[in-house]
Amino acid sequence: MTQNNKFYESVEEVAPGRTFLDSSELVINMGPQHPSTHGVLRVILKLDGEKVLGLDCVIGYLHRGVEKIAENRTWAQFNPYVDRLDYVAAVSNGLGYCLAVEKLLAVEVPKRAQYLRVILTELNRLASHQVWLGTHVLDIGAVTPLFYAFRDRELILEVFEKYCGARLTTHAFRIGGCRWDAYEGFAEEVRKTCDFIVPKIAEYGELITGNRIWVERTKGVGVLSGDDCKALGVTGPMLRGAGVRWDVRKAQPYSSYDDFEFDIPIGAAGDTFDRYMVRLEEMRQSIRIIRQAVDGLPEGPLMAKVPKMLKPPAGEVYQNIEAPKGELGYYVVSDGGPQPYRVRVRPPSFINLQALEKMVKGQLVADVVAVIGTLDIVLGEVDR
Amino acid sequence: MKQALFGYLQSKVTPGEAGDMLWATIYVLLVFAGVALAVLFMNWFERKVMAHMQVRMGPMRVGPHGLLQPIADALKLLLKEDVMPEKSDKLVFWFAPVAVCMTAFTAMLVVPFGRAHAITDMNIGVVFMLGVSSLSVLSIMMAGWSSNSHYPLLGGLRAGAQMVSYEIAMGLAVVSAVMLTSMSTGTGSLSMMEIVNQQFQQGRWFAFSFFPLGFIGFVVFAIAMVAETNRAPFDLPEAESELVAGYMTEYSGFRWSLFFLSEYTAMIAVSSIAVTLWLGGWLRPFPNLLSGHRWDLAFSWGPAFVALATAALCFFYVIKMSSIRAMRLNRLGLAALAAVLGALGLLMLLPPVASRIQDIFWFSIKVAGFMYLYVWYRTTFPRYRFDQLMKIGWKVLLPVSLGVVVLTALVGVRHELLPLVWRVR
Repeated sequence: MTQNNKFYESVEEVAPGRTFLDSSELVINMGPQHPSTHGVLRVILKLDGEKVLGLDCVIGYLHRGVEKIAENRTWAQFNPYVDRLDYVAAVSNGLGYCLAVEKLLAVEVPKRAQYLRVILTELNRLASHQVWLGTHVLDIGAVTPLFYAFRDRELILEVFEKYCGARLTTHAFRIGGCRWDAYEGFAEEVRKTCDFIVPKIAEYGELITGNRIWVERTKGVGVLSGDDCKALGVTGPMLRGAGVRWDVRKAQPYSSYDDFEFDIPIGAAGDTFDRYMVRLEEMRQSIRIIRQAVDGLPEGPLMAKVPKMLKPPAGEVYQNIEAPKGELGYYVVSDGGPQPYRVRVRPPSFINLQALEKMVKGQLVADVVAVIGTLDIVLGEVDR
Repeated sequence: MKQALFGYLQSKVTPGEAGDMLWATIYVLLVFAGVALAVLFMNWFERKVMAHMQVRMGPMRVGPHGLLQPIADALKLLLKEDVMPEKSDKLVFWFAPVAVCMTAFTAMLVVPFGRAHAITDMNIGVVFMLGVSSLSVLSIMMAGWSSNSHYPLLGGLRAGAQMVSYEIAMGLAVVSAVMLTSMSTGTGSLSMMEIVNQQFQQGRWFAFSFFPLGFIGFVVFAIAMVAETNRAPFDLPEAESELVAGYMTEYSGFRWSLFFLSEYTAMIAVSSIAVTLWLGGWLRPFPNLLSGHRWDLAFSWGPAFVALATAALCFFYVIKMSSIRAMRLNRLGLAALAAVLGALGLLMLLPPVASRIQDIFWFSIKVAGFMYLYVWYRTTFPRYRFDQLMKIGWKVLLPVSLGVVVLTALVGVRHELLPLVWRVR
């Protein structure tokens, strides 16, 4: 890999024959095979002892060219590909893409399908936050909560499996609505899952929130103010943790989110602890939404009238949704043909990752892993 | 010949003191084998306890309930390719795991397992143990430096700073306990045997002497020893989410297993210091509350009771286990274990055997308690950051242990100060 930046040059390159032992600065590679970079992120750190002088992220190890693939598939064929972006929250990705194409086609999705979409997306938010919680806490050194979080996530994945046959890359929605109706006993099972998870969220809190070491490791670590967030384009729980009340579900409601009552939790200090609290509260709010949607699930058709071969009129739209990791946007351009002219994804993980250097500069190595954890990145989405 | 073999059994002192070289050698071998076995068992125990705390099963396949898993692991490690990084400092890289093992096992020399059960009894036992076990920091730094790699270097640096700073608090806590040995006779002792004998004569464990003082000293030591052995939540030198594996990153196979062995041996060693100094070493629990010959006899059946109970448990599982063909070997193995444990338990009911075994039993039980605590910490706590670790060491533990030393000295000299501090007796 060629790097023109002086920053990467270690002592070995500047002065041949000398090693890093001769210098007080240490350039180390964290990743792409490091245990806590959540996949294949490579972070080049410049350290003075334990202090981080600067860092640079090298991404692209998981690049599959998803956006380019879109140009060679039909509108419907591309739908399963978006599940592979943020594979922890595949349902949200699918929802975003379907909404974008529906906006282009100017179709109104039936109410029942909209409610089903909300239920599944919010369940997915829970699952995604559980993965975040487990891995984030594991990075900071507590091994146990990971197993608790994954155990509870299993119930949600079972709902997905029963609904559409897949657990991870679900391909749950179709352009124009939903392919499948709620299976028999769907409502009861979703209610049961909610009832099971509510006390579990309290349990995570008991295990972690009150723990002194956890508080010391997260309070004041990786501080990002609301203005910084706005300047960097950081969205989602990161933005709300900094005290900015911005949630696409409230600000630009889609898929009937304006029918439901829920709060937007915000933090104050914008540090890792606040973001942790925001995400925990978000899980509770998601359960609130799911309960309302299940109770009010209307009868009716599942699919809007869309032709078999989709040919949206020429034009371009931007559709954003509130994915678990932040604002997920699809900028879709059609030339009137059966294939997209261009699909551009605005991936929240990729944009949130830009804040990494600002958050850890001047802090310690141990904080780097804590901050990567709190960014809640998925490399499939960063690299696309 | 017979005289030489059995002559020692009547002796009331350790073989080292008695100058009995034959028995000293036997003891060295016994201690070495015993500790190595204990480490193997500890490996299984840690994985099982962690697994059950984390709602999973842990090793289940090799042997009944995975009992033989550590042996399989050890075999695998022995058979692995011996990798040495090309640019490492070969000699130091080779010597580091040997040195760390040497220091860890040398510390076991003076551990008093019972009234006459120790390899030897030095008059500077505690100091010897602290000194030798703190040498292990050298080999860890050697390992970190000689790997010629970034993560091990950082791990070695962390280990060096951490172990040196926690040693001070640890040493001061030990001083406070050693001062207590002079309470009844006026002359104190650093000998491990004598420290336990003093607790026997004073009729209470030092953790309960001058009530809050002894206990605070004990707690300081119990915290410092976790940091000293690089275990969670102070496992920064090998923090896997930050430094991959710290100073052990470049090690694999047998060399790595030596580090593993010495880490657990060091845990056993520091736990035995804590048990000897504060928890009465080999003494049975409740010396005051339940005193008298009958209670002595009842407590001497402790090991027999535990062996029989374990045998009964094993037997129960033999019955409960499914009778499919694939499990036949497992069932047979577990049944054999139950039979052996049962026979041993019955043997230990005999008074002469019981009186010889019980010291070792009580000592091991107390050390095992600490081992359980180590596992419990590891599953419960997140990891401290380096600066926070240093803050705790220098700003909390050091002043507290200093205060304990000063107060213990004051109370020990001026007994009229005693009512100030809550008294047990």
